[in-house]
Amino acid sequence: MRNRQWIPGALCAAGLLITVVLDKTQWLDQYLVQILMYIGINIILTVSLNLVNGYMGEFSVGHAAFMGLGAYASAFFSLSILPKSALFFPAALLAGGVCAGLAGFLIALVAFKARDDYLAIITLALLMIVKSALDNMPWFGGPQGYQGIQKYTNLSWVFACAALAVVTVRNVVYSNFGRGIIALRDDEVAADLVSVNTRAVKIFAFVISSFLAGIAGGLFAHLIQFINPRSFSIGKSTDIMLMLYLGGSGSIVGSMLGAGIWTVLLEILRFCGIWRFVVAPVALIVLMIYRPSGIMGGREWRLFVPREGDHGRK
Amino acid sequence: MVLQQALNALQLGSIYALIALGYGLVYGVLRLINFAHGDIFMIGSYLALFLAVFCRCPLWVVLPATFIALALLGVLIERLAYRPLRAAPRVSAVITALGVGLFLETIMLATVGPQPRGFPALINGGVYKIGHVTATGVQLVIIIVSIILMLALEVFVAKTRTGMAMRALSWDKTCAPLLGISIDRIVSYTFAIGTGLAAIAGIFVGMAYPVIDPYMGIVVGWKAFVSAVIGGIGSIKGAVVGGLLLGFVEIGAAAWLPSSYKDMICFTLLLLILLVKPSGLFGLPLQKKV
Repeated sequence: MRNRQWIPGALCAAGLLITVVLDKTQWLDQYLVQILMYIGINIILTVSLNLVNGYMGEFSVGHAAFMGLGAYASAFFSLSILPKSALFFPAALLAGGVCAGLAGFLIALVAFKARDDYLAIITLALLMIVKSALDNMPWFGGPQGYQGIQKYTNLSWVFACAALAVVTVRNVVYSNFGRGIIALRDDEVAADLVSVNTRAVKIFAFVISSFLAGIAGGLFAHLIQFINPRSFSIGKSTDIMLMLYLGGSGSIVGSMLGAGIWTVLLEILRFCGIWRFVVAPVALIVLMIYRPSGIMGGREWRLFVPREGDHGRK
Repeated sequence: MVLQQALNALQLGSIYALIALGYGLVYGVLRLINFAHGDIFMIGSYLALFLAVFCRCPLWVVLPATFIALALLGVLIERLAYRPLRAAPRVSAVITALGVGLFLETIMLATVGPQPRGFPALINGGVYKIGHVTATGVQLVIIIVSIILMLALEVFVAKTRTGMAMRALSWDKTCAPLLGISIDRIVSYTFAIGTGLAAIAGIFVGMAYPVIDPYMGIVVGWKAFVSAVIGGIGSIKGAVVGGLLLGFVEIGAAAWLPSSYKDMICFTLLLLILLVKPSGLFGLPLQKKV
């Protein structure tokens, strides 16, 4: 087998170069750029949810809460704490990610005891508590929303973060430690018996996943410049899950395809007005009945599998 | 004052309990959290509004008509969306349930629009004063009909053959069919009863808080879900106790704190109870087989 190790790095570098050029020259249509940025943010959200729901086999419905925490935290940092300059945008993003990661840590602690339905309920409760807490914080605008956020997000930031998320999840999943995540999905007791440190694995997966969701939230906040608690409700979580299961859980390419296809599809269906939101759940139901494993069905492109050829396919 | 609030709490709690019963019944038989249940409740409310305004039906017609229509809808949803997934991984079924709920919600948004609509009183119940407590006719009807329905359900599950089959199925899914119990038939009955009760709760919410909108299923539905979980999902007694408990906590919280905090308190209560008793107040302890 030829050595392909350089390809992912080269692709990332080329992509970054192209997006920086696009940002500087404004060569692409702004509407198109907007859609591309949404795709990037959705890729981060989907890939990070994949780590918990796909690879670890938990069922978290609270991903929008992590995104919301990240959005509010990074907006707060960039508005009130950090100097008002695009140079400090990464710090604001990082703050959002760390804040969401802390919440993920708490959920991981709860996940030691609860699984399946009860973990779903607990993440749901987290989602509701976060939304309700944001509604009751007048200094963040309460239900009216948080305004006056600068537009720092551009295509190259979105690309960089999305690439970071994809590479992180890929490297985690194919690391020795990440095998523990998959072992946990297949059989928690057996994983424990072959000395997988299940607690450490759970904490690690939840923290990484929620950290990335927080970054996505920060990008989102600095893209649309106005966030309110309703943006991070159960509907948002459902959207992310839809993209994940459309692409196929347990596959990084699947998450990326799912996020891309779904975002573009919703834009194409824009002429249908409100009816396009009726199409979404129907698509989800049909998908679950006829192809529950999604587009990729747990498979992976060679590009996203590190070199030792025997990994990827299960 | 305290008694007055207790009456209000009883009214809210019995509505929660009616919806929670549907969550519990379906979970008991299928081990499926029917996330669409809250939206079925919302549809029931709209159907009752339609019957009351366009067909000018009185309450004693609206109640059974909505019950039957929504029971059929529940059976239909189970047949189309959940039955093909009965052998699939549980996650698929739960996601489908989320999808069905979202579908019902968006289709109502697209057809009747997002604006809230006023709900007619349906009965002219008058106001009764007992000491310092003022009870409206609507409140009394809600509480009494809810209690009758809960007792009827208890008798149905405990005494009839179908009820016994439901219990058998929730006890052991492999053994029950061997004894001649038809899973499909029992699951259909379960969905019919659960959604019918949710529809009744939809009418009651319309009567008690006389504005309805397509989003009401989310808020009230999730609260009812919380009460089912607090009581121990799958247990009838638990659903009733959980519903009433939540009603009292919420009314109590709204009496002392700004009412926008009540969601937060309700879900924090859920977390606290799950922390102490992971399977709810009356739920069977989780068993883990290796």
